[in-house]
Amino acid sequence: MPVSVSSSKLIYDCLKDAGVRIVSALPETWLVHLIRMAEDDAEMTLVRLAKEEEGVGISAGAHLAGVKSAMLMQNHGFLASVNGIVSCAQLYRIPLLMFISHRGEFGERDPWQTEGGGVTTHVLDALRIPHTRLEEPGHVARRIHKAQTLAYSASRPVALLLCRDLMWEEAS
Amino acid sequence: MKRRDAMEAVFPELERCVVVTIMGAVAAELQSIGHRPNFFYLQHAMGLASSMGLGIALARPELTVVVFDGDGSVLMNLGGLTTLARYRPRNLVHVVFDNESLLSVGGFPTATSTGTDIAGIAAAAGIRRTSTVIALDEFREAFTAALAAKDLTTIVAKVEAVGPSGYVTDLSLLENRYQFQRYLRDAAPSAR
Repeated sequence: MPVSVSSSKLIYDCLKDAGVRIVSALPETWLVHLIRMAEDDAEMTLVRLAKEEEGVGISAGAHLAGVKSAMLMQNHGFLASVNGIVSCAQLYRIPLLMFISHRGEFGERDPWQTEGGGVTTHVLDALRIPHTRLEEPGHVARRIHKAQTLAYSASRPVALLLCRDLMWEEAS
Repeated sequence: MKRRDAMEAVFPELERCVVVTIMGAVAAELQSIGHRPNFFYLQHAMGLASSMGLGIALARPELTVVVFDGDGSVLMNLGGLTTLARYRPRNLVHVVFDNESLLSVGGFPTATSTGTDIAGIAAAAGIRRTSTVIALDEFREAFTAALAAKDLTTIVAKVEAVGPSGYVTDLSLLENRYQFQRYLRDAAPSAR
């Protein structure tokens, strides 16, 4: 499977450096290594969800309880979480760190991923959620650090879009 | 059994717990009995009170977490029961007040009014300690037993579909949120 192990490891190490100790996730192809790294790490609590919106509640509870967390999900997981993001995280000023595997852009071969990818940034904008793209290893650490900094200073959700050029190594 | 009476019956026990409630009647009634800094009222995001409880329970295993849920809310997040069962936080007591209706939006009947059994769903999801209680004494007994068991428990309390005259209280959402966060920050790990 040409999901980048090195990029996944880079992102995971940034999560650890950021003090994240609870990760909620639903499997998605690009996230397989990240989820496995969280599972294999005794210092990390991985919460496998039935639906991504649960992760908003888990992160909110963890935040109020003093533990840093992150959510790993696909575009459609983000779309499925919107009510929780608005009526829990935004209403109660919870800093969510959302990692969204950004399927459906140029190069996408799976027809079923194309609609979600096309609307994700528009929905993020409509929700006034600051977002940035993770596209190459060189800026990953800096952007994750800055995203988390803003999430905490603003007490609001932020999103990092995991893009094809970072996550997928197949020659196209 | 009335929900307010049920909460009042276990109110002394709640002092040493961390409590997360759903919105509407549950939040308003608990506040009318008495607000404490260790009570958080999730005044929207229906379905996520149990997920918040799970997040707190996983983050702080030394604390005892009580979630006051409702039939309408839990029906919006049935998958969350499988997540609760999967991680089985020993420090979480999940109470579902089942009045068989969406009381705060006009009393429309939920699926529990036509036979859906939430305790049965919770048990089938993998939660080992579940029960349905009808009388106040039964509820008090089940709640006390759940605290003593130190294991994940879902108690479905069948309650009358009656509530307070209004749902807005003078405790603002953010005031509650920051007070609750400070309580958790200051709660000594050995608090319980």
